[in-house]
Formats: sequence, C-alpha cells, structure tokens
Amino acid sequence: MTLTPQVPMRALDTLWFQVAGTICNIECAHCFISSSPTNRSHEMLSLADVESRLAEAGTLGVKEYYFTGGEPFLNREMIPILAATLKQGPATVLTNGMLLRKEICDQLRELSDGSEYSLDIRVSIDGYDRASNDAIRGAGVWDRVMIGLSNLAAAGINPVITVTESADGVRGEDGRTRFLDLIRSLGFAKPRLKVLPVFRIGAETKRSHGYEDWERIPEHVTETEAEVLQCSSCRMVTSKGVYVCPILIDVAEARMGDTLVETLRSFPLRYGACHTCWVEGVSCRT
Amino acid sequence: MPDVTRIALIGGIYSNYHALNATLSEIERRGADATYFLGDLGAFGPHPDRIPELLIERGIPGIQGNYEESLSSGATDCHCGYTDPRDNFYAQISYDYTAQHTSDSYKRWMGTLPPSLRLNIGGTRILLSHGSPRKINEFLWRSTSPQVFLSKMCDDYAADVIACTHSGLHWHKELPGNRHVVNVGVIGRPANDGRTNVWYAMLTVGERVGVEFVPIVYDHGALAREMRQQKLPEEFIETIETGWWTTCLEILPAKERSAGKF
Repeated sequence: MTLTPQVPMRALDTLWFQVAGTICNIECAHCFISSSPTNRSHEMLSLADVESRLAEAGTLGVKEYYFTGGEPFLNREMIPILAATLKQGPATVLTNGMLLRKEICDQLRELSDGSEYSLDIRVSIDGYDRASNDAIRGAGVWDRVMIGLSNLAAAGINPVITVTESADGVRGEDGRTRFLDLIRSLGFAKPRLKVLPVFRIGAETKRSHGYEDWERIPEHVTETEAEVLQCSSCRMVTSKGVYVCPILIDVAEARMGDTLVETLRSFPLRYGACHTCWVEGVSCRT
Repeated sequence: MPDVTRIALIGGIYSNYHALNATLSEIERRGADATYFLGDLGAFGPHPDRIPELLIERGIPGIQGNYEESLSSGATDCHCGYTDPRDNFYAQISYDYTAQHTSDSYKRWMGTLPPSLRLNIGGTRILLSHGSPRKINEFLWRSTSPQVFLSKMCDDYAADVIACTHSGLHWHKELPGNRHVVNVGVIGRPANDGRTNVWYAMLTVGERVGVEFVPIVYDHGALAREMRQQKLPEEFIETIETGWWTTCLEILPAKERSAGKF
C-alpha cells in the first residue's frame, strides 16, 4: 500500500472566492475548471455570501483575498464585494479583461484610492498577438481585452498580466522580454507579468491530455517539505462550500467543509494537479 | 513623568557601512537605551565585512536575516523569497558578491546570531524578527498586512510589539489594545521615494509605545563610487544615487509599486 503525502495547514493567509462560479463569457481551451457561459457547477457568490465569509476570515487573521471565476465582472455585485473586502484587507481580482468598461475601471481606481490596502487586477492573455491568443481564448477575445487594458491604463491602474505556459516560449528570456515589451506598448510603463503553468484537468484534457498515473507527489515527501505548497496557507470558497485550493474545485473530495475553521487541517496530495504545483513550485497568488 | 525606554532598531544594512556609521552617530546624538540590528547585514553594497566588524566593535546585538542564515549555512542563494526571474537575477548577483567577500570567521559569527529576540520593557513584550516572527523571509508590506492578520500574529507570538524589516519600506500600525507592528525599514538603500536618505526606527516604550522613523542622510556619493569600483550593477548604483528602486520590484504589491518610479 502506498502512503499519500499530506499537506499541513500552517495558517489561513489567502482566502479565495469563486465569485463568479464557473460562469464565464468565454470558453478557454485550457480552462482547468471548464468555465463557460453554461457551466453552472458552481454558482455565483452574492455580496451577502462574501460578507459572511469576511466575518469568519477576520476571526482567523486572513492576510489577503483573491477573486476568480469564471469571469468575476459577470457578477453584478463585484464592485460592492470589492468595497467590502478592501475595508478588511488587500484584494486581487483575476479577470479575462473583456468587461473592463471605462466606468468599471474608474470605480476600481476609486476603490483602490479609498483603501489603505492594495487592489490588484490580474488580466489573463495567452499570446503575443490576436492569432495566438484567440486560438486559446476564442475568436474576438484579443480585441476586447485590448480595449479593457486601455481603459485600465486610462484609469491609472497597472494590472498584472497573467500568461499561461501554453503561450509560445514565455518561460524563456526572449519570450518574457517580448511579453514585457507588449505590456509596455499597451501603456503600462511598469510592466508586471506572471507566468502560470497549465493544469491538465478540465477543458485542458481535450486540448492536450490528462495526467499519467505516475504524475503524483512522491510518497516520501514530508509534511515539512509540503509546506511550500499554497494549500498549506489557502482555502477556496465556492457556492458549494470550502475547498482546499483554487484548482481542485471539481474534485468532490477537495471540498473540506462548510465553514473555514473546519477546513484548517491537513489534506492528502493525491491528485495530478498537486504534482504540477509540486514540480513547478506554483502559487496562484501574485 | 513616567520612565521611557528608547530602543533604536536598525533594519537591513545591505553592506552600506556609510549609512551604518551615520546611523550610529545619530543614535548616539539622540540617545538610546539600547540599539539592535534586525538582520540582512550584507547584499547590494560593497565590502560586506565592514558591517560585522563595526557591529562587533560597537557591541551592538541583533538577529539573523535570511542573508546571515544563508551565508552561515553555505547556501547558494539568499533565500530572499522573490518569485520573479528578474528579481531573482539581481538577488543572485548581490548574494554571490557578498558570499565571495565575507570572511569565514564572520560567516561563523552570523551562524551564532539568534533568529529572533524578545525584550520585556516594564511588562511590554517586544519581539524582534527579520521578515516576520513566523518566517525569516516573509515580506510584510503596509498595504498587504491587514489589522486582523497582525493582531493574530501578536496573539500567536505573545507580543505587544513586533518589529521586522526585510521588505525595505518602513511603516507602523497601531492595533487595538496598545499593540504595534513596526517595519523599521532599512538603512541599506533608500525607500523608493526619490530621496537618497535611508531610515531607522526609534521605539519609545513607557506607558504607551511610540514609534519614530528617523531619516539618515549619509555620503551616498561615496557609496556609489565604491560600488562602481567593485563593479556592482549600475542598476543598484542608480538606486543609491536617485532614491528610486530599479530592482526587486516585482515583489511589490499594487500600492507600493505605484508609489515608485519603476
């Protein structure tokens, strides 16, 4: 019998919200939770949902809050949700950038200026140009994201551009420089770039392939070694409960409880995606 | 008038011995009951051996930073905690230079430094740490250190005052119950505000706790000249000469990043 390594829970530093559920206005070919306009496996969170979690999080000393989906700005309460969050701590929103209208960007700027905490906007793209990006993210996406980014720049918000490794050569020095030049050319004098690996679950299994059986964290990994993983300091709130991390929300066993406090325990690292985090040293945090 | 104890706290020195000399003179001029350093004696600047030499000669106690932990254990990098390739690229240049120019006896001395120190001043429990009490290379920024998080840290570590450095930017937050978290800043490089001075913190502990950040103007031109002689990267020298950070920028949260030039 093989032993499954466990990740301990050090402290709940990072609380994630699946604020738009799995509902998205696009269908990226690599989406690890297959978000789409019709995927309702996780529903949107309401302002009241988030507020009650913030109250819980306050008692646990949470350090930072992240919002993702689906597409967070499909949630009509997104601005009030951020306003409530920024009273308590820093917030980061992961968006596809397509709904960043001028008024939204101005509101984000106002929220940011009005809080002692940082508000970070992370915009995903998947290529250097329309063709490479839209091959992953869908026809017409590039042009709309460019408008969104230009609205952010006009509002004086400097986003973090997130690119997955599906983008050609982004891990190398040349690819990186090319992306930084692209971000500069969009009006951001201080380009910020984060590269993430692709998780071979969800839609990505059709684009490439799923994990092989051997792609698991080795059983000799100790709890102390496993502490470097983000799941030792994060949890994810969705409409269905509290999950171990932002990646495994389609895995029933990764749902750890209804309340935050009951999820402050160790978790077995038995999934292919855990292997990616382990090998790549991934953190979904910025 | 109740007794007040004055404690001078010096953050990351980064081999800036010009600033260290100026800081120690200023502390002497103002008067302090005790002075402590909070680690990261090396990095960035020239002639790293001059820092332990000066601290030992002046009998100043202090704690390990990630630099001292790495240098004394023979690690191949500084364990600064960066995640971006450009941040790590420059961090490695700093570490390699510092490791090469730090004598073995000082590396051994660094291994004898404690990772944290506790003081009790008339019942006020003060904890000196490098990054944070729980992690030597944790970056505690003002805009990403909420009150609930800091209060829990004070509870977890049974402290009324937590002092730290590591991030390079100074700030102070007063928490409910006369508790405080202070990032004392660094004297190794300017605070990314377009001014060439550096900062240390003076803690006053009496009935209440007070924190004053003290600017130190020093001969940064001399430091820049020596950095050029040592062939340290022009990017580092630019920071010393202009007060704007040019490296280790990607780790900054949105607010701190927008405050700088780069």
